[in-house]
Amino acid sequence: MNNHNGNDRTEFVFSGFGGQGVMFVGQLLAYAAMDAGFNVTWIPSYGPEMRGGTAHCTTIVSRKPIGSPMSPRPHVAVVLNLPSFTRYEPLVREGGLLVVNSALVSLTSHRQDMRTLDIPATTIAENLGSVRAANMVLLGAALTAQPALPLAAAHSALEAHLPPQHRSLLALNHAALDAGAAVVLERL
Amino acid sequence: MVKELLKGNVAIAEAAVRAGCRAYFGYPITPQTELLEYLSSRMIALGRVFLQAESEVAAINMVYGAACTGARVMTSSSSPGFSLMQEGLSYIAASDLPCVVVDVMRGGPGLGNILPSQGDYFQVTRSAGHGDYHPIVLAPATVQEAIDMTVLAFDLADHYRHLVILALDGLIGQMMEPAELPEWQADPPTPDWAVTGAAHRAPNRITSMHLRADESEAYNQHIQRRLEHIRAAEQRSIEMYTDDAELLVIGFGSAGRIAASAVEMAREDGLNVGLFRPQTLYPFPSDRLAELAEQVGACLVVEMNAGQMLDDVRLAVSGRAPVEFFGRMGGAIPLPEEILDTIEMLCWSLHVVE
Repeated sequence: MNNHNGNDRTEFVFSGFGGQGVMFVGQLLAYAAMDAGFNVTWIPSYGPEMRGGTAHCTTIVSRKPIGSPMSPRPHVAVVLNLPSFTRYEPLVREGGLLVVNSALVSLTSHRQDMRTLDIPATTIAENLGSVRAANMVLLGAALTAQPALPLAAAHSALEAHLPPQHRSLLALNHAALDAGAAVVLERL
Repeated sequence: MVKELLKGNVAIAEAAVRAGCRAYFGYPITPQTELLEYLSSRMIALGRVFLQAESEVAAINMVYGAACTGARVMTSSSSPGFSLMQEGLSYIAASDLPCVVVDVMRGGPGLGNILPSQGDYFQVTRSAGHGDYHPIVLAPATVQEAIDMTVLAFDLADHYRHLVILALDGLIGQMMEPAELPEWQADPPTPDWAVTGAAHRAPNRITSMHLRADESEAYNQHIQRRLEHIRAAEQRSIEMYTDDAELLVIGFGSAGRIAASAVEMAREDGLNVGLFRPQTLYPFPSDRLAELAEQVGACLVVEMNAGQMLDDVRLAVSGRAPVEFFGRMGGAIPLPEEILDTIEMLCWSLHVVE
């Protein structure tokens, strides 16, 4: 039987509290993938779980047309808070990547069949100027550890698609992407 | 034009604006609310009509009134709200009025849930209201198709003076995908049947009431003749790998696109499997399916319901090939892998029989 996913399709889940920019970071990745010529879908949690305090979204980046936009077993899960860690840590696909905001999540994964990156994203973002950029720190780390897209594509997408009311945060977001990438590169 | 990253509900709303929708009446319900929310500012900014009604019953009757003026009008809802509109839909259909209704289907029956479902196939295709008629029903599987079919829906509605339903599910409504918006359409001229104030002409009369049996039967025959034209001219479908398919997988909307992934996987594994995706649910693309049924060993229908389009497939296939079914219900979304399992089992049994 073939491996039907190969390297031409990567499924990302981003999960955290409302206000942590989970939806936006997933959309930014979708914009980056679209601009780089990939097929892409983005879908938010809108079912009963969205009433429970965590928000999550799924972004699928693929060379081929995308069937289901859902991802029951993501290749990459980026978790910004403890309930998200509890939910997605067991679901990451074998050989996948779990990126944990270790500033807010005290647990760490003991799974040996995937990679885990504990990144104190909220602290890093706070030092850069605002805790709200923690989402970009984690995206920078995720794309460095699992380069489904070059990090430059995320930088370009920020320039092209950050909404006008948030343009003042452009420099902060660029710096946060780079800071997340730097943490991963230092550990290599 | 360039591709933008668009959410299904918002894409349909903007496509309707560009297709010349002059008035929208609706009531919020998940998972279609973004459509109404988007239009609440967009229509006002353009000087067009947006009205959030007090209920779906009111909204559809406002659509009825506005459609009488010959303007392009629309409403949208989701399953329980759509049920509330049924009386009005039947009146609109029986008044020969063009209008577009979007149903973003959710899990049911009952209040159910807000997750994606195709459980209202019977409801939208069989009549969408009481009496002997069918709306034209379009079923997009991507955000791009949702845009294209919104424009098509207005054109078909005007062309046939007929009710057109855009039937999708919460996945297509909530998902963002790269897609291209249509060009702005010029406003069509006001039709000569429109009720616009009868200055300097005889009054036009629009009604759905025919009290005498002979009048009413004649009117019904008129509707049936129109449906015959629609069945002859408007069947639409998409195919993948049908040339040498031994097994034909059939699905519409979200189930169709998920089935497409399963068919791709089966092809990678060397199985001769094809896909048939109806784009019109009414008229159902029976003519092409009947042709394909002659050349395949079996059909597999995949739906997000208990097997509703299955009936139309069986009617079209009409015993030419066995028809099997795989479905998920109540907001559950099929996985490509589980469809592939069924495909493998059916391919295996086809070869065993040989």
